[in-house]
Amino acid sequence: MKNVYLHSAVSISAQNTFDSDGFLEDIISVSGSTVPAKYPNYRDYISSSASRRMATGVKMGVSAATKALQRAQLGQPDAIITGTGMGCIEDTEKFLNTIIDNNEEFLTPTSFIQSTHNTVGAQIALGLKCKAYNNTYVHAAVSFESALMDAQLVLQQEEARHVLVGGVDELGSEIITHMRHMEDANANGIQVPFGEGASFFVVSSEAKSNAIQLVDMAVCSTVSENTIQQKLNDFLIKNEIQASAIDVLISGRNGDAFDSYYNNVSTELENATELHYKHLIGEFYTASSFGLWTAYEILNRQDIPKDLIYKGEEKSEIKYILLYNQFKGRDHSFILLKR
Amino acid sequence: MGVAITGMGIISAIGHSVAESKTSLLASKSGIGTLKHIQTKHSGLIKVGEISLSNADLTIQLQLPEDHNYTRTGLLGLFAAKAALKDANINAISQYRTGFISATTVGGMDMTELYLKQFATDPEAQKYIQSHHAGDSTQKIADALNIIEFVTTISTACSSAANAIMLGARLIKARKLDRVVVGGTDALSKFTINGFKTLMIQSDELCAPFDADRKGLNLGEAAAYLVLESDKVIVKEQKTVLAYLSGYGNANDAFHQTASSENGEGAFLAMKKALKLADLNPEHIDYINAHGTATPNNDFSESIALQRVFGNHIPDFSSTKSFTGHTLAAAGVVEAVFSIIALREQTIFPNLNFKTAMPETGLQPVTSVVKKEVQHILSNSFGFGGNCSTLIFSKS
Repeated sequence: MKNVYLHSAVSISAQNTFDSDGFLEDIISVSGSTVPAKYPNYRDYISSSASRRMATGVKMGVSAATKALQRAQLGQPDAIITGTGMGCIEDTEKFLNTIIDNNEEFLTPTSFIQSTHNTVGAQIALGLKCKAYNNTYVHAAVSFESALMDAQLVLQQEEARHVLVGGVDELGSEIITHMRHMEDANANGIQVPFGEGASFFVVSSEAKSNAIQLVDMAVCSTVSENTIQQKLNDFLIKNEIQASAIDVLISGRNGDAFDSYYNNVSTELENATELHYKHLIGEFYTASSFGLWTAYEILNRQDIPKDLIYKGEEKSEIKYILLYNQFKGRDHSFILLKR
Repeated sequence: MGVAITGMGIISAIGHSVAESKTSLLASKSGIGTLKHIQTKHSGLIKVGEISLSNADLTIQLQLPEDHNYTRTGLLGLFAAKAALKDANINAISQYRTGFISATTVGGMDMTELYLKQFATDPEAQKYIQSHHAGDSTQKIADALNIIEFVTTISTACSSAANAIMLGARLIKARKLDRVVVGGTDALSKFTINGFKTLMIQSDELCAPFDADRKGLNLGEAAAYLVLESDKVIVKEQKTVLAYLSGYGNANDAFHQTASSENGEGAFLAMKKALKLADLNPEHIDYINAHGTATPNNDFSESIALQRVFGNHIPDFSSTKSFTGHTLAAAGVVEAVFSIIALREQTIFPNLNFKTAMPETGLQPVTSVVKKEVQHILSNSFGFGGNCSTLIFSKS
């Protein structure tokens, strides 16, 4: 079976991660209900005529995708696979409100056309004139992981050699306000702002020197707090790796009651330094794609920014990183990377 | 040979089961008519393929508590998915590694559009805030069926369910799962009715796919699922195989966000890929269940793509959207179920309402129920965003 490697990683987030060559050095403190991403200068990536029609998520997605391809020196991918939890919520809210406000009259198609969940993947394909495999996953906190797993499958089953894969979500304004309201009514609710962003990657079956390998991943809908350790051990055994070999655990902690899952996983990994990231970018369904971006940077640079450390020490040599994410005790994912 | 299909379940405008669907197809009986369940200004100006059961009816049939927060998308999905598992004789779900992959475009929109302006203040409405996102119906169905492993949702507009079936096949081949329930669900909504209205591609008459004078599509609603199982399970459980998924292909037209290209490039590539994976030549295909939405653009583009793949020997083809309406994310699996019925019955189904071939291509779809030998069926599903997918089903 073919190995899977990461050839590039690019992220647009609430931090200065897109335009900077540094790695989370100048941290912006985030707080409040919601936190928007730091948007790049889109003109460098999208023509201004096209950009005018695009919603935030599409612009972030197309820009991050373009840069990920450039970094991997890839002109045309063999597949474009995206994940998005809320889809094109800006245009969805816009079209829905026009229906309500105008009582189903005077509607124009633009926001309807761009409200479909596959708009980001479609616009990337259209921009590249890329006729390859194209798919979009929309399953809450495993939207990105489903896309990544599909990429792993098409590479391993030799349907593709280079795959562009990414996660993207935009805040929108109305649904997110209601979601925040519900969250804040719960004392054990999510303690970080809701956020947005786009992280894109080129994954490939071609080995390069010093390439980061995606060893394996697992996605699971339902696990209890008591059985998550067993799930982790099954995953490690399947990949023939000792728990003690994991140097870094990147957890999706957001401060809610379900952080206990991360505690239980962390306990199993005695030698791992535990990192978190949602306090820097906010929580959203594809936030975990930012987690994968940090993992890629850490393995490449052999450096851990201090603001990411949740527990443990800075490491001198980092070989294995495990990412674990879940959302409200559902939609669990493990991703194992190796340098 | 491909991946084995051992069960199927369906609910659409032409029936609430596989048996009822078969009866309607064999009787050339369309389910398209006047809209009943949704309040919209446009109801007099459109025809739809609506399911007769109301949400309250579905709630009773599914034995759900009255205060549930299922959207119609979720209710229809659970109805069809339960039937698929029953058809495959599966009782102990945890006996094998089982996944669930569902497709939807509207997700929880049918409730969001009713309650959006009450979300802030009405505690009764607030239960639908969490059911807006596309993964919600999938999650609820998986929970109700006790499927706890890999669960995900696909949304590539009108090709969604075909991609869900494709992913299921890959997961079985990769031995990540032993068994997977794949398909899709989409309820009619005011949002989609108004959306297609702005595009001016909805007909006020019964849709006439591939007709020279076609006026556009009829929207529909449906849910359908297939059960795919690994060869290991088939042998061990001595399962009856209904049909095999022998090929699949996905390509992008990369031409326009909503329109299909004049040369049908995406459709052409998807069909070519599927034939290659199935290791079949075009002449092996006995029947094509076309995408055939009855919009001027799709049917022209698809006809050109068919000519490019099959040359002067285009197999018998029809669009069963003239029975069900265009069921969006569910269309790929609704038509997969119809294709499997066709293989089982050795019978192909008509393209209703067709009178005149389009002058550009002269293609004539099948217009009556025809008994014939059918070994391989090709089924097309294309969507906004240039997403084109093709599936090939073969006789067991």
